[in-house]
Order: sequence, then structure tokens, then C-alpha cells
Amino acid sequence: MKEYRNVTGRIFDIQRYSIHDGVGVRTLIFLKGCALHCKWCCNPESQNFEIETMVVNGRKKVTGRDVTVGEVLDTVQKDMPYFLRSGGGITLSGGECTLQPEFAAALLQGAKDMGISTAIESMAYAKYESIEKLLPYLDTYLMDIKHMNPKKHEQFTGRENTRMLENAKKVAASRQCELIIRVPVVPGFNDTEAEILEIAKFADSLPGVQQIHLLPYHNFGQGKYESLGRDYPMGDAPIPSAGKMDSLKAVVEKNTALYCQIGG
Amino acid sequence: MLYDKTVVAKSDRIKKLVDHLYAKMPEIEAARAELITESYKETEGLPVYTRKALAFKHMMEKLPIIIRPDELIVGSTTIAPRGCQTYPEFSYDWMEAEFDTVEKRSADPFYIAEDTKKRLLEANKYWKGKTTSELATSLMAPETLRGMKHNFFTPGNYFYNGVGHYTVQYDQVLALGLRGIQARAKAELDSCNVGDANYVKKSCFLKAVLISCEAVITYANRYADLAEEMAAKEGNSARKQELLTIAQVCRKVPENPANTFQEACQSFWFIQQVLQIESSGHSISPGRFDQYMYPYYEKDRNNGTLTREYAQELIDCIWVKLNDLNKCRDAASAEGFAGYSLFQNLIVGGQTPEGKDATNDLSFMCITASEHVFLPMPSLSIRVWNGSSQDLLLRAAELTRTGIGLPAYYNDEVIIPALVSRGVSLDDARGYNIIGCVEPQAPGKTHGWHDAAFFNMCRPLEMVFTNGYDQGEVASIQTGDVESFQTFEEFFEAYKKQMDYNISLMVNADNAIDVAHATLAPLPFASCLVDDCIKRGMSMEEGGAVYNFTGPQGFGIANVADSLYTVKKLVFDEKKVTLGELKRALEMNFGKGLDEITATETAVRVGKALVEAGEEITPDIIATTIKQVLEYKLPAAEQARYEEIWEMINDLPKFGNDIDDVDILAKEAAYTYTRPLETFKNPRGGQFQAGLYPVSANVPLGAQTGATPDGRLAHTPVADGVSPTSGKDVCGPTAACNSVAKLDHAIASNGTLFNMKMHPTAMAGQKGLESFVTLVRGYFDQKGMHMQFNVVDKATLLEAQKHPEKYSGLVVRVAGYSALFTTLSKSLQDDIIRRTEQAANR
Repeated sequence: MKEYRNVTGRIFDIQRYSIHDGVGVRTLIFLKGCALHCKWCCNPESQNFEIETMVVNGRKKVTGRDVTVGEVLDTVQKDMPYFLRSGGGITLSGGECTLQPEFAAALLQGAKDMGISTAIESMAYAKYESIEKLLPYLDTYLMDIKHMNPKKHEQFTGRENTRMLENAKKVAASRQCELIIRVPVVPGFNDTEAEILEIAKFADSLPGVQQIHLLPYHNFGQGKYESLGRDYPMGDAPIPSAGKMDSLKAVVEKNTALYCQIGG
Repeated sequence: MLYDKTVVAKSDRIKKLVDHLYAKMPEIEAARAELITESYKETEGLPVYTRKALAFKHMMEKLPIIIRPDELIVGSTTIAPRGCQTYPEFSYDWMEAEFDTVEKRSADPFYIAEDTKKRLLEANKYWKGKTTSELATSLMAPETLRGMKHNFFTPGNYFYNGVGHYTVQYDQVLALGLRGIQARAKAELDSCNVGDANYVKKSCFLKAVLISCEAVITYANRYADLAEEMAAKEGNSARKQELLTIAQVCRKVPENPANTFQEACQSFWFIQQVLQIESSGHSISPGRFDQYMYPYYEKDRNNGTLTREYAQELIDCIWVKLNDLNKCRDAASAEGFAGYSLFQNLIVGGQTPEGKDATNDLSFMCITASEHVFLPMPSLSIRVWNGSSQDLLLRAAELTRTGIGLPAYYNDEVIIPALVSRGVSLDDARGYNIIGCVEPQAPGKTHGWHDAAFFNMCRPLEMVFTNGYDQGEVASIQTGDVESFQTFEEFFEAYKKQMDYNISLMVNADNAIDVAHATLAPLPFASCLVDDCIKRGMSMEEGGAVYNFTGPQGFGIANVADSLYTVKKLVFDEKKVTLGELKRALEMNFGKGLDEITATETAVRVGKALVEAGEEITPDIIATTIKQVLEYKLPAAEQARYEEIWEMINDLPKFGNDIDDVDILAKEAAYTYTRPLETFKNPRGGQFQAGLYPVSANVPLGAQTGATPDGRLAHTPVADGVSPTSGKDVCGPTAACNSVAKLDHAIASNGTLFNMKMHPTAMAGQKGLESFVTLVRGYFDQKGMHMQFNVVDKATLLEAQKHPEKYSGLVVRVAGYSALFTTLSKSLQDDIIRRTEQAANR
């Protein structure tokens, strides 16, 4: 048996038949624990590394469990026919998967050994050495860049963006994986043309980056905050309209060489 | 093959045709019943073939005909749009009994005029003691009749109606005309020696074929006459020209070979229509329309006489006409076949006889026709194989996304070997099409009896718990006191015995009905278009077809699988519940209250016991018993224990979640039906083969089934086809597919049915379509046989909000991801419900 199968990590969900976070049909593995606390986060149960209890429809539900890479891969294996037909595979999401680098790297390595594609959704807030461990097994890095202004970034996410931008440059320079930049478009935070364009220009400057995805803010996580007994930080902030998203896309495409897509 | 997949717009004509068709409730007409009765009265004493042919001729000559406004393809069985004729030669009692309720019933109501009732009553008198259903009943073993009474199975379909369920050689009619078919019959007749042993029957049959073909030619000419008359009176010059063209076409086909695409369309339609006048059998399936129509399309396209627009319009017109045919079934059958469906299955794609991809322009245009017409008929299907055109599958996915529930997807890679394993040649197997719901067969060569009975797999399970008793009497074999079983294997063995016994009874019922049809209802016209009836000189009903099968369908696999798992896990592995407790919990419906059905059953039981004890029963005693049952309160401790058991059951893993322990039991459960069944033979020299699908019978037949150990409450629906129990597949679509694919589908060579619900948002955008195709292909790679999809609407979503426990497998596209609907917050659900409305307005 492959040794990496024994590596353990902490996840809070596995979602099969996911079709919007990478090529083809994918199994998403949500790793628990994050360095940021973005106000708009739609997976608030991902933020703490600790195992928590939620109240869903009046019943208590424990969120978070420790698993081995082998257990996760056994579940991944079940959807092999769909990966083979679509070029799909696994996507590590979270939380922030680079905060469990050994576990994440082992999962990706296992997927590559199975012959399927690998992706991570991450905002690269980790030591570069951690990220570097993943790159040999990684096909696509879906990297969140939320804002170019360090202060505003800190105000809305709890951390400055300096390390992330540095890591973005390093990942791009490594040329070890496809790098796609993703921007959550959040009202009152980064939803002006100027702010989006600034991110897009940075993305365009990264070697090898060809795509940017603008992900409109949604309030679908609101119920989960209630389940966790927390207040919803976004209140009743408006959802960006289709027209607004189109105009942001137009600005990006006019001013950069990037292919711009709305949604994942 | 190269193909043109561009989509042609819908013509204005189609909307008008559809509106006209659906303006009123469908109506029952009396003309056919009167005509067949008149003819039969005059032919007493003649051979049955001759009587059938002469009756058919009489109908073809005398049935009222009509050309509806704006029609390009003509031929209507009734004057009223979507009306139906009746078929007293098969059965009529039920209709007379339901004369006053048929208009108001919930499933498939029909209007019937008072005058029509009188005319039918008069005609039906003749048929007393002469119907196939009466003959079949007299041929059945007593224990078979008892088994039917106790609802183990119901062969209602062919018991009360014609058989249908065939695909004739449309290609031969298009190529040779009916004159060509007659020439074939004549040649066969000429080659016979009057001294041959079979000459008497054979010559009689072949002469019946000649009469029947002539009758259809007459019928078409009546339409030509009518079109000419109408053209003479028509003021609108464009319509006048259309009518003149119709006249010209009907004068030529189906008598002669078709030359043009329009002639081919009209010729096809006459055949499709008159087959359903000859007999009331449904599921007469057009089959591979895109293949046999293509030469005519290609020729006209190449010589520049046909635009794609006109070709599409003609196909759309046929699609409308397929919805003009209708059939009134008895109330119980109408529940089982709900939706006015005649199950005329039409399939596109697949392979050529050489095993290459068969996709052509018409494959796409058939999908477009379903999109344009947006009606239940035809039951559009698509054949999928490893080399299928991805373009065609994506186009099919677009149709699925509209929510129409079409097409159904079929897997060549399982079906072709399955047919070959049943003795069908490789060429014929590659040319398969689907009959009715999901039943594969070799077109023009098969009498498949594909929908021969419904077998409720939950009822034998009940018998294991009651030791063969039902409603106070012995209803099945006795397999021992359930509490005496020491191992799971013993329990499962008892179930298998109950299955074997009741399967053999169902076979007896089918074979009795089979003999009745062969005796009283051979069909010369349908038979002359199925090989090898002409050569053998006998009808399909007697075994004239090359391939003969009987395919009754079992359903409730998911319930049986989950029930077996309950027994295995809770009773024998973990010893948390005894079989005695479980038996009592089932009787008491897990403490969830007893309903009126149980109350009535109990009252009957009490009544019987009183009679046996020599006492009198009064209406009072019955009423009191019913009341007592309905108001019965269990002792608190017992009540609590049953609820506890029910909770334990609900917490167990269920079929449909890709969990091997349970899924293996589902596979074994399916084998308890499929394996014994294939050992039986039918009177036509063919074998029985299992289907695993319910049509819509899982609901009414569920109402005849008590609580089951999977936690299913008494009289609620049982699981449909091979699908997981509604609401129990909670791990998403790939997990459900994987579970279902673990069954052995190929052995169920009469077809399996897998229903899946998807939310339109899960199919949104190009990625949604591509992923959907991946899902289908991935299921098929694992040897799944069939898939169909409900792309659910707002009403269903609202229902899902109210009863989340029933909809836990419902997938919705949320934002950048897909999710299970019921796991979302109320506010998000509301949001998605609102979004659905927008999607519908696109």
C-alpha cells in the first residue's frame, strides 16, 4: 500500500458531482480550518480548525472529522467513470487547504496516481514551502485574489494580502501548474471597476496566467451562520446584478489580455 | 456519417395543430365497436383469421374519417381530437361499469356522450362470453386467480386489451408499398402445395393478409377522396394546394412505394394509425424512425426538392398526430399507465448493423420535433454507445433540460449483448429499438409481450412474515413461522421460495392470456409486417415471429433490498430487534396509525372468522370493527418501541448511496425475480425474460402493500423500477448511479428503468449539459441500461420544502456548485424557487 494513504487530515465535507470548480465532473474535498475570516464567507464552518457542532433543522450535527488520505481516495475512486469521461478529478477546497500541506499533498499525489486531474481552490495564505509541496501533483491552482489594497483586505478578511500576492508571483513563476485567478465580487468591498481592474492587471502580469473568474457575492451561507449560532456579517448586502457583472467583465477584457468568466 | 445539426425554427402551423388537439377533454366514440360487431355477426362460423380480416376491412371502409384543420399528415381514428374507440372483443365489462365515472376520474378522464353509452351497450351485448379476457380467465389455474386476487401480480394489460408492443417493418412498407407486401403473401401462397399439412391454416392466414392490406389501401383512398372534396370547397389557395398534395400522396401511399419524404411520412403514419384500429394493444412503437426515413430525406435533399424547414414541419406534424391517438383503460390500469400514454416509443441514434455510429440529420430533427411540439408522444429515446456522437448527446441533454422528461437514454453496450444472450442475431441486436417504456427488441421480427404483468416484489416479502396468510386466508405457500428463523440466510431462503411460487403463478396467468389471444385475436395486418409470419403462415399471436418473448416486470427492488438489510443488520448482526417484534411492528405500521385500507382488511378478516364460527355478520359489526381499528391506540410502551424500531431502520444505510453492503443485497433481490423467471417458456415457443420497471404502477400497487421492513409505511408507494426509494439517495447523482449500476441489468433483458430527478439549474450552461452527458456515460460505462430524468419545476420544489424527507436526493445548482436542495436553508430554497421561474421564462 502507498504510504501516503495513512496521512491524516481534517475535512468537513466531500461533495461529488461538482461541476464548477475545475475541468469536468469533480469530487470536492473541503478541508477544515482557514487563516482568514472573510465577511462574505459562504462556508463559515470551514473557518475554525476545531470540530464544531451545528444545529441543522433542530438536530445537532457535528461538522469536521479526521480522516486518512486512503479513506478519502476510496470515496474519490467511486466516481472514476465520470472523471475518465470528462477529464475531471478532485478539487481541494476549504477552508484553506495549504494549511494542511502534508495531507493536501498526499491527496493530490493519490489522485495523480489514479490518473485523474487535480485542482485546489486556495488564497495562498501559507508559507511558500507549504504551497511548494503541493505543486508537483497539481494541475490547476484556482487562486483567490480579493483585493490589491493591504489595509482594506485586512479590514474585510482579517489579514493583509502581502504574503498572498508574493505567493501568487512564486506559483506563477514556478510554471508547475495552470494558475487561474478568482475574484469574489463583494459589494462595498471590491465591486468597483477600478478595484476589479487593479486585480485583473496584477493577474495579467503573472506569467502564464490566462484566465480570471469573477464570482458574484451570494448569501447562500447565511443559514449556516445561524446553525453555528453566529451573526451574519454581511447583513442584507445586495447581490451584484447580472448587468453589473457583465460591465466588470467588459472592463477586464478591454484592459487586459485575460479570458474573463463570470462564475466558476 | 456527416450530419447537419442546425436547428430549424418551429412553424406557426404546429401551434395551431396542438391547440386544436387539446381544446377539449378526449372523447370515447362508438363507431369501431359497432362496426366490428356488425361484421362479426355476419361471419359466424368462418375461420378466425377470415373474421378478423373482414372485420378490419369493414372498419377501414366505414369508420368515419376527418382531416383536421391545417394538417399535412392525415389519418385520424376518431372524429374528436384525441378521442378513442373501444375494443369489446378484448373486454368491455369494466367500461360499462365505469360509464358514469370515466369522465370524473383523476387519472386520464374521458368524456362519453349518453348516446355513445347506449350504442356501446348495444354492441357489447354480442361479446358476452366471447372476449379474450373471459377465455383467459377460464384457462387460468385456481391458485393463479387467487394470486391475482391477493395482488401479488396483475396481468391487467393484456388481460383486458390487445397486446401491441411491437414494431413493424415500416421500412418494407415504404420501400415496397402494401402491394409489395401482398405480392410477398401471394408468392408464399403460390409456393404452397394444397396437400401440405399446414396448408389449411396457412392459406387462410395469407388470404386474411391480402384482405387486410387491401383494406388499408381503401382507407388511404378514402382520405384522398376527402382531401379532394375539401380542396374543391377551400377558399384559401395555399390550403387548397396543401389539400391537393395530401390527396395525391394518399392516392399513392401506402399502396405503392414512397418516392418523396412527404410520401414516406404519410405512409408511415397510415401504418402507425391503422395498427391501432386493428387491435387495442398499446406501445406500438415507431422505433428507429431516423434510420428508415433517412433514405427518403436524403434523396429529396440531394435532388433539391426538400427544404430542411419543410422536412422539420412534416416530422413535427407526425409528432402531433402521435398524440391524436388515444386509449381508454379501466380505472385501475389508468392509474398504472397514467398520462393518456400510448407509449409509442421512437428512438434515434445508436449503431448501424455494422456497428458504426448511426447518427444523421434526422436524429437531430427528431429531438427538435419534441422540443417544438412539447407533448408526451412520441416517447422519444436515444441510443447511447461508446462511439455515440457527442453533438447528439448534448442536443438530447438540451431537450432533457426543458423538463419534458425526454429523451430516455439507453445503453447499447448492455442491451446488444443482452439481446444476443437471448438468441437474437448480432445484426438484429444492433438494430434494436425500444418498445413502450424501456423494452428492447429486434424490430419487425419480434413478438415480445413486453409488458406482460406487474409483479410486486414486496408482497412475497409480506408473506414471509405472515407465513403465507393474507386477509385471513392462505394466499401463498407456507414458508414457516418467521420467528423460527435462526439466520439471515434462512430468512432470505424463505423469501426466495415465496418469490418462486408466485412467479410461477404469474407465468400461468400470462400463458393463459397468451393462448386466449392466439385463439381469439390473431392480427393478420400487424403480423404480415413482422417476419416470419408470412413465411410460416401464422400470426404473431400464434408464434409467427422470429423472436418470441414474454416480459413481465418486477418492481420494488429498493424496498426489498433495504428490508433485507434491516433484517440482516438489526435482527441477526446486531440483535437489536427480534423477527417477532418486527412482524408486529409491520402489522402495527410502526405505530404510525392504521389507515382505512388496514381497517377494511381487518373487518373482512373478522367477518370471515365469524362466518367460520357459524355466527352471522351484520353491517354493524363491520362498521364497528372499522371504527375500532382506526381509533386503536397501542399501549404506550409498545408504541414507543415501534417508533424506536422505525428510527433505527431510518438510520440504517439505504440503497442508492453507493454503499456496497446494501447495494449487494439489491443485486441479490433483483436476482430473486430475474433468475427464476428466465427458466419459463411461453406458448409461442419463446422464453420469459424479466423487466425491472413499474410504469406508474408503483403508486397504486403500493396502496395494496402493507408496511415493509425498510421503514416504508403501509399503502404508500413502493420504489419505482431500479431506482432508489424516493428521498433515500442522499449522496448525489453519481452515488445513486453507481448503486443502481451494481445490479445485473443485462439479465433483465426486458428492460430496467432508472428515474433520476435533476433541477434545471444543475444542467445550466454548457458545463451543466456536458456534465449531464458525463453522468449518463459514466452510468453506462458501469453497465447501467437506461436512465430518464425529471428536471423538476417550481411546484415540486415547493413540495420538497413541505416534505423534505421525500426529496432528499434532489440536486440543485446553487451558485458555483451543485447541492442537495433539502440541505439548504429556507431562504436559499426560496431563492432557488424564484430563480426557477426565471429559468422557465428564458
